[in-house]
Amino acid sequence: MAERILKNIRIGGLKNAVKGNDYRKEATISYAILIGGYILLQVLSAAGIVGHNLQGQFVPICVYVSLAVSLNLVVGISGELSLGHAGFMAVGAFSGILMSRVLLQSMTFEPLILIISMLFGAFMASIAGFIIGIPILGLRGDYLAIVTLAFGEIIRNFMNVLYFGFVDGKLKFAFNHTIEGIEDTDRIITGAIGATGTKTMASFTWGLLLCLFTVFIVLNLKNSKQGRAIMSIRDNRIAGESIGLDVRKYKLMAFVVSAALAGMAGCLFGLNYSTLVPVKFNFNTSVLILVFVVLGGVGNIWGGIIAATLLTILPETFRQFADYRMLTYAIVLILVMICTYNPAIKSRITALWNKVKPKKKDNGPGGKPRKKKAGKEAA
Amino acid sequence: MADYKKEKGDALYEISDPGHAYENRQEIYYNDNVGGRAVFVDSKEQYGSDEPYDDSVYIPEKDRDKAPILEVKGLGIDFGGLTAVDNFNLALGRTEIGGLIGPNGAGKTTIFNMLTKVYEPTRGEIFFDGKSTKGMNTVDINKAGMARTFQNIRLFDKLTVEENIKVALHHTTNYGLIDGMLHTPKYRHEEFRIRKEAMKYLKIFGMTKTADYRAGSLPYGAQRRLEIMRALATKPKLLLLDEPAAGMNPSETSELMETIKEIRDRFQIGVFLIEHDMSLVMGICEGIVVLNYGRTIAKGSAKDIQSNPKVIEAYLGKSRGKMEEEEKNEDIEEALSKGKLESAPSGKPDRKEDE
Repeated sequence: MAERILKNIRIGGLKNAVKGNDYRKEATISYAILIGGYILLQVLSAAGIVGHNLQGQFVPICVYVSLAVSLNLVVGISGELSLGHAGFMAVGAFSGILMSRVLLQSMTFEPLILIISMLFGAFMASIAGFIIGIPILGLRGDYLAIVTLAFGEIIRNFMNVLYFGFVDGKLKFAFNHTIEGIEDTDRIITGAIGATGTKTMASFTWGLLLCLFTVFIVLNLKNSKQGRAIMSIRDNRIAGESIGLDVRKYKLMAFVVSAALAGMAGCLFGLNYSTLVPVKFNFNTSVLILVFVVLGGVGNIWGGIIAATLLTILPETFRQFADYRMLTYAIVLILVMICTYNPAIKSRITALWNKVKPKKKDNGPGGKPRKKKAGKEAA
Repeated sequence: MADYKKEKGDALYEISDPGHAYENRQEIYYNDNVGGRAVFVDSKEQYGSDEPYDDSVYIPEKDRDKAPILEVKGLGIDFGGLTAVDNFNLALGRTEIGGLIGPNGAGKTTIFNMLTKVYEPTRGEIFFDGKSTKGMNTVDINKAGMARTFQNIRLFDKLTVEENIKVALHHTTNYGLIDGMLHTPKYRHEEFRIRKEAMKYLKIFGMTKTADYRAGSLPYGAQRRLEIMRALATKPKLLLLDEPAAGMNPSETSELMETIKEIRDRFQIGVFLIEHDMSLVMGICEGIVVLNYGRTIAKGSAKDIQSNPKVIEAYLGKSRGKMEEEEKNEDIEEALSKGKLESAPSGKPDRKEDE
């Protein structure tokens, strides 16, 4: 029986069938881009080709790459649109800064402080993601996007009224008014003024490690039973339920892991500047991260890495045009949308790509080379 | 069902359940199943009697000593004022292949959706493996051991064939989120095991070569098979197949028949299927239920069904002259016995029900 079915499949044709995702290839490309990019930028800056301004952008580039990868977990792998990523970044940044200041009271070994702060930032962001995720993950599509947008703004506004500082060596906090009897140097977070007096610890190498870690987690998750459950719910919710997958649980899982990774990246971002204002984490930043994801290809991890790098470097190198940055983003987004979703243009691009692409000997699934005739008939 | 008094000539029945409101109507239903000819059918007769069937009679002998895997009592559902299914009773043996047939819109898929709790039944009870499924949702039902396929194929299109089966093995895969994120030795061990298991399922259906291809890009027949495989991989005790042969050619259908039998023999599970292809239904189903307008009109073996005048009426309509009727019945019987009767256009599945 099996023989006959196999024969049928060969006749019915796997010729139109498409190979699935190759996880190993995807991981190799992603790590190669990250490490290659790191070495390239280090060499260029050592040779003095890269300017001082751009060198200051190295950590933010890493942070944005990491954010693009973690947002891809929600947008690409879970298939839901989230517009509140900057909110989780903010939670991670401010809680990480807070932790680093507390740890600095008793410790001097910076790498350990940085790691603990980042883990704390990730933890706090995951809690925020969990609390937000529970009520909203019953929503889908546009509705979810709008609610995440609102929550992102709520988090930022919450930061606007948050005060933290040391009074007589004790950590104190307040809402919506300054802490009494506080010295200027003991302030950690001062409402809308943000975090001040942060000891900067971030470096390009830490940035690279962050990116590698994020890519490692996201790619591993994608190729695990949890990742498969998340992707299958994206592909077909009803069928997912019919084979016993808890839809809410796995949507929440993707959301929380993504928030935790964003918190971690946010913490590194926070520890890169001595002062950091909450306004930095507004809606524009969320959209910026989404632009990286969309430009790199939704669900494509290494595409997001390249997009985030280019879109952070380019405005920096062409500083004189920086005013037109948002305009450029809009145009780039529109062009990408048209090119990837317009069937006519898409088929032209594929045809062009097929001409350029080096030809391989194409063996059919039966192990025998396919006949040319069959291919023509299909066309 | 006997909650209200029925007296001939008295239009004012006592109605305890609004779902039975149509009992009141003395409507005449228009049945146009016969090539454009208008045939009028009295609704009362069409619906069949309210007497409950003794379901145990229809269980094949080999399963009689064991408790039925699925028992349905007085199942019914209303959508607004419309009663889609009413008083559906069923007992399905442990290793029985049961069939559910009926014209388009009879409520077959609705029954499947109630069994798997996509819809919550308005009335009646479902006992699966001896336990009532009251309060369960779709996920619980699957965990309890009922798996299904869909009328319009629902695969995880962007995942590969192998991954589609691995997802179905989700609950037997034994590692947590941390293992999944860090790819610990436990992860490697379990992944290796379920990969082997997934390949085992693929081998049964002769589809090992397709393992690395995207499910959505497979040919139609292979997609149907993959869907059955995926349902099987959840290790069910009962498999519900919603039009497994839809869109298949006769040779593919005959292969499918063998496959379904092989599944039953190999896994020792019950199979309950909806199908329009009479050759399949008459060929492999041990017990058949015929549904029309949400009501059971006949039950029994393939032979009983083929000669049942009510079934013939439901499919082809009732003729006016007695002579004509007899003539036609013979024709239909002939057609049914040959298994060539295309009861309804199987190429046009009624999708709205499934959505």
